[in-house]
Amino acid sequence: MSALPETLVREFEELVRHYPERRAALIPALHRCQEELGGWLTPETLEACAEFFRLEPVEVFGVASFYPMFKLRPVGKHLVSVCHNISCALRGAEEVLAEACRVTGCRPGGVSADGRFTVERVECQGACTAAPMLVLDGVFHENLGVPDVARVLGGAR
Amino acid sequence: MSPAPLKREVYLLSRIGTKDSHTLAAYRASGGYKALEKVLTGGFTPQQVTQLVKDSGLRGRGGAGFSTGLKWSFMPDPAKDPRPRYLAVNADESEPGTCKDRVLMEKDPHGLVEGILIACFAMRVRTAYVYVRGEYRASYARVAAAIAEARAAGLVGEKILGTDFACDIWMHQGAGAYICGEETGLMESLEGKRGHPRPKPPFPAGFGLWGQPTTVNNVETLANVPFILERGADWFKSLGTPKSPGNILIGISGHVARPGVYELPLGISARTVLEESAGGVWHGKKLKAWLPGGSSTGFLPGSAIDVAMDHDSIREAGSMLGTGAMVMLDETACTVRAMQVIARFYDHESCGQCSQCREGTQWLAQIFARLERGQGRMQDIELLSSLANGMAPGKTICALSDAAAIPTHAAVKHFRAEMEEHVRLGRCPLLAPGAPATHELEEAHA
Repeated sequence: MSALPETLVREFEELVRHYPERRAALIPALHRCQEELGGWLTPETLEACAEFFRLEPVEVFGVASFYPMFKLRPVGKHLVSVCHNISCALRGAEEVLAEACRVTGCRPGGVSADGRFTVERVECQGACTAAPMLVLDGVFHENLGVPDVARVLGGAR
Repeated sequence: MSPAPLKREVYLLSRIGTKDSHTLAAYRASGGYKALEKVLTGGFTPQQVTQLVKDSGLRGRGGAGFSTGLKWSFMPDPAKDPRPRYLAVNADESEPGTCKDRVLMEKDPHGLVEGILIACFAMRVRTAYVYVRGEYRASYARVAAAIAEARAAGLVGEKILGTDFACDIWMHQGAGAYICGEETGLMESLEGKRGHPRPKPPFPAGFGLWGQPTTVNNVETLANVPFILERGADWFKSLGTPKSPGNILIGISGHVARPGVYELPLGISARTVLEESAGGVWHGKKLKAWLPGGSSTGFLPGSAIDVAMDHDSIREAGSMLGTGAMVMLDETACTVRAMQVIARFYDHESCGQCSQCREGTQWLAQIFARLERGQGRMQDIELLSSLANGMAPGKTICALSDAAAIPTHAAVKHFRAEMEEHVRLGRCPLLAPGAPATHELEEAHA
């Protein structure tokens, strides 16, 4: 008995057909679980995925914990990822990060008291020629100045 | 010696400014899928396509610069080795400073799809996977939409253009690990595992995805292919240099007036890219140092800006062309701080399989961090060199360890005096009086 919602099960059954081995769809499936099931991967979700993919739970945990995009602890309703790598660092990434923390009341990696935001430091996102940048719920916001941060994050309800 | 001026012709980015450039209709209106048609209905054999790409001299644009045609020719003869075979498209663009494949995927995804189809024909591959880094949602959506349009138009799937050629292309989303841009790490990840690179040999052409013959090609590499098929090897060789023909997408970032992704012939002077394309160093400042091809390629001093942007010239200058991602530092930038950021990245991204890399990247990050905050010791500089010597070359399963060691050696070579000054003064010498040190800001938001 899988604890995954029926819609995801149907989606994953389609996905596994793209590969000669079922397991290959694991990472795309974990993304979909994270999107649909609360923004992070709970132990129950990982166990349900293990069952679907016919793997030991420890193997699924091992994969999920390897990839920085997978969250294994609760996150805020909105995820704010600020790039701190070289091209962004040269153009004010630390200032953008400080402002994002100020506006949301978060410390990097933590959840704001109202549960609305998680702010995190991330490595290069591939927006180097439009630095500095942050990612809000998967959407890139580029060429940021410190005053832009409050406006961008204000759009997240 | 004054070489002839390089011919300037834009092709890779020729469509991106046009309306709806990501759609099949716009792509076809500008001559798209003509190269595929020529290949499939013009009597080409797979070997002839591979030979043409080999003759063109196209070198991979993912960083290593290996001959694309030669790589394709490593795939076994299907008459002797009938196993299923795969093409994995490396769209895991993650080398810091690099954001050029994204432009192609978002603005000209059909160019990539056509390149994939021609590559699959040449290597007799039935199934291709496009491994897109997880953060590139916009790129993923555009390429996925292009594949769907192409499938509906009979360009992907069975009986392509009414011929016996069949090819499926599937999208695959990564999840934020740099190491999955390494070709064997990519394959492990595509199989649903941790992105742990595999020892080589065996090489992917013999033992790749699911143990089957596989070729891994970068997005920009494949985007070149339709143009080569349509216009010929001689046309391609008329651009760039004899050993590095064609154009390259150069992303220039950091302290410049107009950061951006520019298409230029290989062999272009780095000064031309900086001054003509990017509008020079910002605010009229001087250039202090720069990376020619992403964070793993090793800083060059500002005085080396007249070097030509091709594989051999950059190597002679003491660095690497890499992904052609130029990162520029003005005279106010602290190179120790820049190295701290770079070393921290490799520490974060080491997969942990090899002890030299797992431990070495951590040590480098710690040493650069303490040097930057003025808590380093003079002997730290020798320690950096000694560590880097223990990490590379060729001491680990993959080149991530090298990628951390190379910029470390370059930093010791070019910026030793700046490191020593940090130690002597007990602080960053470039910091304005009263200004918060970067590490203070960083620690406040650690």
